Amino acid sequence: MEVKGNNKGTLKRISGPVVTAVGLNAHMYDVVRVGNEQLMGEVIKIQRDNTIIQVYEDTSGIRPGEPVENTGLSLAVELGPGLLTSIYDGIQRPLEVLMEKMGDFIERGVTAPGLSHEKKWDFVPTKQSGDRVGPGTIIGEVQETNIMHRILVPPNVNPGTIKEIKKGSFTVEETVCVLEDGTELQMMHKWPVRVPRPVTEKKNPDIPLITGQRILDGLFPIAKGGTAAIPGPFGSGKTVTQQALAKWSDAEIVVYIGCGERGNEMTEVLTEFPELEDPKTGKPLMERTVLIANTSNMPVAAREASVYTGITIAEYFRDMGYDVSLMADSTSRWAEAMREISSRLEEMPGEEGYPAYLAARLSEFYERAGRVEALNGKSGSVTVIGAVSPPGGDFSEPVTQNTLRIVKVFWALDAKLSQRRHFPAINWLDSYSLYLDTLHDWYDENVSPDWNIVRSWAMEVLQKEAELQEIVQLVGSDALPDEEQVTIEVARMLREIFLQQNAFDPVDTFCDMQKQYDILKTIRIFADLAYGAQKVGVPTAQVISIKAKNDLPQIKFTKDYKADLEKIVANMEAEFKALREA
Amino acid sequence: MKEYRTITQVAGPLLFVEKTEPIGYGELVNIVQSDGTMKRGQVLDTSDEVVVVQVFEDTRGIGRDSGIRFTGETIKMPVGRDMLGRILSGGGKPKDGGPDIVAEKRIDVIGAAINPYARSSPDQFIQTGISTIDATNTLVRGQKLPIFSGSGLPHNEIALQIARQAKVPGSDEEFAVVFAAMGITKEEENQFMADFERTGALEHAVVFLNLADDPAVERIITPRLALTTAEYLAFELGYHVLVILTDMTNYCEALRQIGAAREEVPGRRGYPGYMYTDLASIYERAGIIKGKKGSVTQLSILTMPGDDITHPIPDLSGYITEGQIVVNRELHRKGIYPPINVLPSLSRLMNLGIGEGYTREDHKKVSDQLYAGYAEGNDLRGLVAIVGKDALSERDRLFLEFADLFENRFVRQGHDEDRSIQESLDLGWELLSTLPEEQLVRIDRDLIHKYHPKYRKAAKQEA
Repeated sequence: MEVKGNNKGTLKRISGPVVTAVGLNAHMYDVVRVGNEQLMGEVIKIQRDNTIIQVYEDTSGIRPGEPVENTGLSLAVELGPGLLTSIYDGIQRPLEVLMEKMGDFIERGVTAPGLSHEKKWDFVPTKQSGDRVGPGTIIGEVQETNIMHRILVPPNVNPGTIKEIKKGSFTVEETVCVLEDGTELQMMHKWPVRVPRPVTEKKNPDIPLITGQRILDGLFPIAKGGTAAIPGPFGSGKTVTQQALAKWSDAEIVVYIGCGERGNEMTEVLTEFPELEDPKTGKPLMERTVLIANTSNMPVAAREASVYTGITIAEYFRDMGYDVSLMADSTSRWAEAMREISSRLEEMPGEEGYPAYLAARLSEFYERAGRVEALNGKSGSVTVIGAVSPPGGDFSEPVTQNTLRIVKVFWALDAKLSQRRHFPAINWLDSYSLYLDTLHDWYDENVSPDWNIVRSWAMEVLQKEAELQEIVQLVGSDALPDEEQVTIEVARMLREIFLQQNAFDPVDTFCDMQKQYDILKTIRIFADLAYGAQKVGVPTAQVISIKAKNDLPQIKFTKDYKADLEKIVANMEAEFKALREA
Repeated sequence: MKEYRTITQVAGPLLFVEKTEPIGYGELVNIVQSDGTMKRGQVLDTSDEVVVVQVFEDTRGIGRDSGIRFTGETIKMPVGRDMLGRILSGGGKPKDGGPDIVAEKRIDVIGAAINPYARSSPDQFIQTGISTIDATNTLVRGQKLPIFSGSGLPHNEIALQIARQAKVPGSDEEFAVVFAAMGITKEEENQFMADFERTGALEHAVVFLNLADDPAVERIITPRLALTTAEYLAFELGYHVLVILTDMTNYCEALRQIGAAREEVPGRRGYPGYMYTDLASIYERAGIIKGKKGSVTQLSILTMPGDDITHPIPDLSGYITEGQIVVNRELHRKGIYPPINVLPSLSRLMNLGIGEGYTREDHKKVSDQLYAGYAEGNDLRGLVAIVGKDALSERDRLFLEFADLFENRFVRQGHDEDRSIQESLDLGWELLSTLPEEQLVRIDRDLIHKYHPKYRKAAKQEA
């Protein structure tokens, strides 16, 4: 692209990741090359002749007077075959390539394209010459892993007629299609990360994202195309929950952003995912995953960019007609990166030193989620699940509060629960989902007509238990009326059997909707039998200590559980019958 | 080398120097005082007009007549094989009267981040001999696990006991200890040094000492010098290195001091907004690299101001480190050593290093059950205070007794008591057997049949 005016300038000041250049004709968010080593940076402020730049790499040793060059382009990602199974840093540099180029530590000044420009892919056209195409039209397919990668006309290309389209083996840079007006199309196109990709229409999310986690699917479901936040103090299991979602959610594509988090955790994902199987396809989970790892000690400006890089990739797969789920761990680190850059710019701070535009940036980001009709008419979705790390576990801090104003689902992690090893440590009283109404019909049709009834019953029991526990704390459980002692026991079963789930057990780590319903229903059967027996005079102590229910927890760890479960129900009925008759 | 005499302002640890040639960001600076003594500093901000230098030592004696020499390079640490057994100052100068370090290499102290792709997932169990760590908060090689403590608690004794007893069962690879003290007292230093000498650990150790009366600003580089040394020993010479950093609270105070001197917009409680990133650049320097023999394991100690775990220092640390060991004042008052409260403690990498083929198949489940039982018994104590023991049900009474047993038998152990992981787990089973069997819902039936003392005894009798 031609750049008008002067695209070269000189450095004037260096202060950590923020540098100032003079003599540069730049526009906001242009990508620039800084210093003799050509470090990548982005224009974030213009003040008369001074251009202020955030640099994505360490700036040690850079001196005033070194050159700065403007590329005239915005920060963009490369979209095309080769994205899946990749692991990138915050600005889409493949970490595997960086390791080959500079060894075990991330040094600076190395560039690497996001996609391999050498690798050849088999392109199969789905259109032919003479066909009309427009922005977003699918012109062909490439088999990438077990996912069919659909090749799109970039959204910023004018509609036209295909003059020529080629079948065969190409690199992502080679032209595969030419339009009548001379436009050449490749398998890869670039898209600026800070601009949402256009869609025809945003639709209401009315299909749940099944995660295999009982407390999420059962009590606080999220819809495909929805938004959720997981706030929690450290050690309450945010990352384990995020990873469980990345592993088991029934999205077709997963984008996982490790934003300012631990290096060892990303390594764990990298070693674990290729070995785990997708419960739906039986293929390694890695084949549907794109990882973005900008760990806490990698440059802070690249951390700021990482969430945009991630969501742009997610939108790209959405435009092919896929359901994508995006996990951002953690959005607090992203906000802190904004704060750090903002304070280097000496901007007037808002609450707790965060910039005043924090709320706007957060809502812009979450608004890029949604179930949409793409430009090509396909239906796809991006579900965004953001972890929040509130300092001191205090939910009143700005990042948590601004996030809660936007998202529809709130999974409140609770340190108290994790301390007693109740996992997932999601508090069932504080959490909520605003999708219950829109998903009502889906559960009716696909799980069981009485699912919604059983679910509300379970919530009621748990709520009731919380009230009763307050009394128990004062007077002890023996002082409760008989009926309420049964309620306490039923609630205990709900907590220990239904809500607790072992992410490290090969069977229990994923629980399908049918099994969730069966477990919940069995607890309900016990409750009905127990209250019934009590009414006819069976002593409470006997009611709550029947033997058959002790086998119920084992069902969670059993793969083919149906026969066992029937036996438990039968035994329960028999025991209660004996009690009633005695 | 050019010497500038253009200092225009001295404010706290910061010098403002004018009319220089282009100076690189992060460069090492030598400051020559009028009496000839030399101090060191680093460039924090550089521009055409003014260069801001942060001095690592006391600024007493620095004035407008002092000379400034820019070295043209960032701070580097000379490292070499003969560092083992040496005692250095917090700034890396020999403190034991010995010769300077023979540099085989000079390494930038601001370490680059390990490429996550080059990391190898840590999974080697380190046996510390302390039950509350080994059985319930397992440490693995390459992990960063801090000790969250309070003033007046025996965190130093615990750290020393770990350093003494830590081993990977069935392996006799070369190990080394890198010890970095930031702002600790002379007495604490003596305690550490005496223990190192008594156990002969000193010959495998490199010690960096920044004491309470040394300049606070020097504390900013002490951990970086230590970690640079550790990385050299681990990734170039193949040692398994245990790094002990104490006390990170003093480090953070120094960070706040500099932030204030630079008139930065402060974050929570006056600590700089970039403290998370800064701490991460220390804590993240632990791990294992694919294809390299050694490893860096970090054990940092921090004292929580006012025992408050939500204070910014423990809070930000907890978000970066892979868990935490929490030392508790109440247990300490009860006379229990080590007073580790397992409930808020956590080891995030535990699951990678335990179970069949690592420790024992029942490890995870026993640990979960111990936690659940202790948490329940601990809750009941609150109830007993109100209604008395008699109002408890039989089941609750057992859990209450379990909590007491857990503290007195499982948590409590001697300063030199080195329990193997088998002993710790068996002890756990012994305590769990005081609870009714159907209450052990966290453990599979077949494991209960295999390890529960009742069935073991029966099996023995049969045999």
